[in-house]
Amino acid sequence: MIETIVRPLLIIAAAMGTALTTAAGLIWLERRLLAVWQDRLGPNRVGPFGLLQVVADMIKIFFKEDWIPPFADRPVFVIAPALLVVSVLMSYAVVPFAPGIVVADLNVGLLFFLAMVSLGVYGLALGGWSSNNKYALLGAIRATAQMLSYEVFMGLAVMGVVILSGSFNLQQIVRAQEGMWFCIPQFAGLVIFLIAGFAESHRLPFDLPEAESELIAGFHTEYSGIKFGLFFVGEYMGITLISMMTVILFFGGWMGPLLPPVVWFALKTFVLICVFILMRASLARPRYDQLMHFAWKVLLPLALLNVMVTGAIVLAFD
Amino acid sequence: MPMQPLPMAEANALSPWQPGVFSLSIYFAAVLVLTIVLLALATWLGERRPSVEKLRAYESGIIPTGTARLRLPVPFFMVAIFFLIFDVEGAYIFSWAVACYDLGWKGWSQISFFIAVLILGLIYIWRKGGLEWGPTFKKR
Repeated sequence: MIETIVRPLLIIAAAMGTALTTAAGLIWLERRLLAVWQDRLGPNRVGPFGLLQVVADMIKIFFKEDWIPPFADRPVFVIAPALLVVSVLMSYAVVPFAPGIVVADLNVGLLFFLAMVSLGVYGLALGGWSSNNKYALLGAIRATAQMLSYEVFMGLAVMGVVILSGSFNLQQIVRAQEGMWFCIPQFAGLVIFLIAGFAESHRLPFDLPEAESELIAGFHTEYSGIKFGLFFVGEYMGITLISMMTVILFFGGWMGPLLPPVVWFALKTFVLICVFILMRASLARPRYDQLMHFAWKVLLPLALLNVMVTGAIVLAFD
Repeated sequence: MPMQPLPMAEANALSPWQPGVFSLSIYFAAVLVLTIVLLALATWLGERRPSVEKLRAYESGIIPTGTARLRLPVPFFMVAIFFLIFDVEGAYIFSWAVACYDLGWKGWSQISFFIAVLILGLIYIWRKGGLEWGPTFKKR
């Protein structure tokens, strides 16, 4: 009884709690870190070190007018942000935080993650389209084309890992890294996956869907209140998710000496999240044609070659 | 592997998904409830202050003209088509990758031929100008 019902429920609560609190903490962390790198203070008034700023923002956002523009497509306008959040949160179901600590230990975990990431496109595309605003529409079609393009080789980039571990199950992938983390034999895969991850979470330098200097706020121009909040939280949960997946696939997941597995997993994820924020602080946004050329002409052939070469090496040496 | 036998798994309802289907469905329900509660709470708590200015789409303060149901530029359509081609191809590569070790060199040479054909296809759409964007393409 306890093993079959209570344990899964506890893990579910933990996974959801982790997803939401890290997203909230990440908003604070990003603002503070950006401030450090830009030589200013950042939010430091509400609570110790400004930690309660996120709480204050949350309370505020709940009391904002829940505005649905009369020119918008009402049902789609409401569903779009929910769709994004649901798809990102669902991916957390397959993330193994530690041995056995996973909501659903699917044997196709990696495919499930890729599928859920693809579903996220709908949130952006529908949100921008239903707003009936030209900037939002531009943002939405940019987002769709960008995420579709980068999705193609995001899946291919991790196939090297699948070849090496012989499984789609994320726990088995982590266990297969006992000898060596896959970031060494699969360095090309790691780089391609990270770039695709940046583009999938539409973060700077790949934030063209919302490029605020060109498109106001891109696909969520017409959104306010909690619906904007859902897009916002969805983005930060996406960052955490991509960082977690990178850790699982390339940096040995929960593995590490001395400290308990969960701590190692959290530490590695934290470092990668900081890399995400550092990228935002240091890189400029490319032009849209450059972005698409880079995806189709450089990364896609590279990802395909990586799969072939990895397969050949595995067969030659074993 | 520390996998607990779950009720759904014992019932053998959805065999390939056994290990987590119970947790997964509860998790999905919880996620749905959470999202709906958030949306409903904001609708309930939020103030309402109607104003004429809010009835207009925000386009940088310029009065919007016409509808935003515009036709999309062709390159976006082509990206969608290429995505279909290359992502479906991805599914074949996925299924080979997981069995790469068992399939051996025979499987490898077949998938290499498959990938080579795909790269040829990529080169073809590249040379045809399918990957070009914006003004550089028009000049030619």
